[in-house]
Amino acid sequence: MKVIEIQDALNLKVLGGEEGLQKDILGGYTSDLLSDVMGHAEQGYIWITLQTHKNVMAVASLKELAAVVLIKNNVPDEDMLEQANEEGIPVLVTNLSAFDISGKLFNLLTK
Amino acid sequence: MNFNYSVEGGNFSKAGTASSQFKKVLKQLNVDPITIKRIVVALYEAEVNIVAHAWEGKIDIEVDMEKVYINLADKGPGIADINQAMKPGFSTASPSVREMGFGAGMGLMNIKNNVDSLHISSEVGKGTELEMTINLSSIISK
Repeated sequence: MKVIEIQDALNLKVLGGEEGLQKDILGGYTSDLLSDVMGHAEQGYIWITLQTHKNVMAVASLKELAAVVLIKNNVPDEDMLEQANEEGIPVLVTNLSAFDISGKLFNLLTK
Repeated sequence: MNFNYSVEGGNFSKAGTASSQFKKVLKQLNVDPITIKRIVVALYEAEVNIVAHAWEGKIDIEVDMEKVYINLADKGPGIADINQAMKPGFSTASPSVREMGFGAGMGLMNIKNNVDSLHISSEVGKGTELEMTINLSSIISK
């Protein structure tokens, strides 16, 4: 499933990194601890988090993640979006909680 | 081949820059993707440790046909008890660092799990030196 299909299905708003919307999603990981994501997320995963700073994109880029989803309408820092655009990694936002969006994503990705 | 990077303590807007640059080098050198992933995790964690805890640091990397040797030396507060620091969950990170999702006490374990050898030496009040080696011939995926 591509990032753009999930964006459409779950009504996510794209905030940056549009270039990467055609990327395939290979799985997902929900965490707010950067080292947890560093250690356990895999290439092509979509990352659900409440963190809104630039280091999120550094981790997403180093791990070659497919996209980042911010929960509960969290607003990313400007330099986070700048880096998202540079890296071509989409940053999306939902009004749902981490639990709810993770559940919906899980259902979509394991269909 | 040698590669050198400097790391600024406390500057989170640049955290990961050295790791990102060296990752590009590894791709150019055609290192296999699994090994690149291991090196990147270990190097990023060690780089962030310098940013989060030390005043300044430098990263010296030697690459040959068999291995990647990474030396990270910082000027900083040092580690009083290295065994304690290695325990998952142990952290001395400040509240503001933790709020960013760093400092959860997982970094050194992430390093250990992704390298073939790790040596840490430290002097309180002076700094810390981390030496790690990743074998390029190694096919063990951890």
